[in-house]
Amino acid sequence: MMQILKYVALDILKNKIVIAYTVMLALFSWSAFGLEDNASKGVLTLLNIILLTVPLVSVLFTTIYVYNSNEFIELLISHPVKRSKIWKSLFIGLSTSMVVAYVIGTGIPLLLFADFGTAIMMITAGSLLSIIFVAVAFLSSILTRDKAKGIGISIIAWLYFALLFDGLVLFLFFQFADYPIEKVVVALSALSPIDLTRILILLRLDVSAMMGYTGAIFQNYFGSSWGLLLSFGLLLLWILIPFYFSLRKFKKKDL
Amino acid sequence: MNPGWFPTKFDMITVKNITKHFGKFKALDDLNLTMDRGECIALIGPNGCGKTTLIKSILGMVLPEKGEITFEGKNIKNDDEYRRDIGYMPQIGRYPENMTIEQVLNMVQGIRKHASDVDLDLYNAFEIEKFKTKRMRTLSGGTTQKVSATLAFMFQPKVLILDEPTAGLDPIAAEILKEKIIAAKNKGCLILITSHLLSELEDFVSQIIFMQDGQLILHKNVDDLKATTGQATIAKSIIHLLKELKS
Repeated sequence: MMQILKYVALDILKNKIVIAYTVMLALFSWSAFGLEDNASKGVLTLLNIILLTVPLVSVLFTTIYVYNSNEFIELLISHPVKRSKIWKSLFIGLSTSMVVAYVIGTGIPLLLFADFGTAIMMITAGSLLSIIFVAVAFLSSILTRDKAKGIGISIIAWLYFALLFDGLVLFLFFQFADYPIEKVVVALSALSPIDLTRILILLRLDVSAMMGYTGAIFQNYFGSSWGLLLSFGLLLLWILIPFYFSLRKFKKKDL
Repeated sequence: MNPGWFPTKFDMITVKNITKHFGKFKALDDLNLTMDRGECIALIGPNGCGKTTLIKSILGMVLPEKGEITFEGKNIKNDDEYRRDIGYMPQIGRYPENMTIEQVLNMVQGIRKHASDVDLDLYNAFEIEKFKTKRMRTLSGGTTQKVSATLAFMFQPKVLILDEPTAGLDPIAAEILKEKIIAAKNKGCLILITSHLLSELEDFVSQIIFMQDGQLILHKNVDDLKATTGQATIAKSIIHLLKELKS
């Protein structure tokens, strides 16, 4: 496994897109803190940027990379290598590079400007978000053999989680405003990793006004520390479940 | 050949009732085969008759929906280790574009850690040393085939599976490869080879498998085949047989 991982990591590190992504994140972060006089305002600005860009870049880059790794997979599969090892190596390689890019790009300014606890929370949450969308990309790229379709599925997944989901929840909330649907809304928020990440950070910052519907109810329901723990656990599930299904499908794929 | 009543100790690979569909297309249709140690088997048939699918099923790249394949008596399903003993040369070798020849060779050697002494005959004969720092993307079809051949023979496997091995190779390289195949056969390897150039196989093939529409039409010793058809060469015998089948 280490052998395969070594070559995957080497290949991704040479990739210019990852370097450009790191620089872009660094620019966003430095300017977010530079423009706001108040560090916690800076964190909020940065949070909003991260919640849009990190999932998009992670999901798109990974999808394209997995499709381009077809030859690599074919080469390995005729040798005594377990299929699951190939898939896991690719996953670990891509997750690591996305996380490293994120930590270098946003981690340094966060540690410099924000208070330590918040910085660590942002770094953890952003890293989890990166890995989640790598896992989502693995799932969408195994669903179809066609590269264009796979990329399409990834973009739709991103659109759904980043933009449509909150709107849908809001819509439900207004439609059923006369009924006690708080529990349902809490359950629904677990269905979007981006929402969960937002809640995770905002619970830490304690600014309920910015939380949106799901976040506000989350805090009401669980209080801060339980809410943190629960959303953290749910984020981990968001990594494990898509990856598990992609792995299961990969093991049965004809190459 | 292995008559049914004989203990199957010579069987290297057996294929039992394999069926595989790609969508509606039936690539393999209830196929049964036994391949023995030390044989050099030519797998022939028209385009799209299921040769490559059969090879890929043996390699575990394609997973048939029905039937089983055994390698030295063990079912290959959910097994990877049996591939230690197989050297595979694909019809069109596809390699990671950004890796150099050297990296590809090193990586595969790294994966096959057990391989004690590595066979570099083809590496030297094809003079791969000269362009080992080239990226796979920049290689010509022939050079890619040379890399594939080197990889297939590198770990001195018990079974060699060669899919159109000489296609795209220049005459000198093709001759080198042919000699290497004959040497492997003399060492007792089972060699499964597909080719459309029947005349090329003439020198070293001991059995013929003919497939059509995913079914086994014929599996015979070359000598028997020539004797029954009364022809001097494999190519002529096959053509003779095909005509017979049609009429």
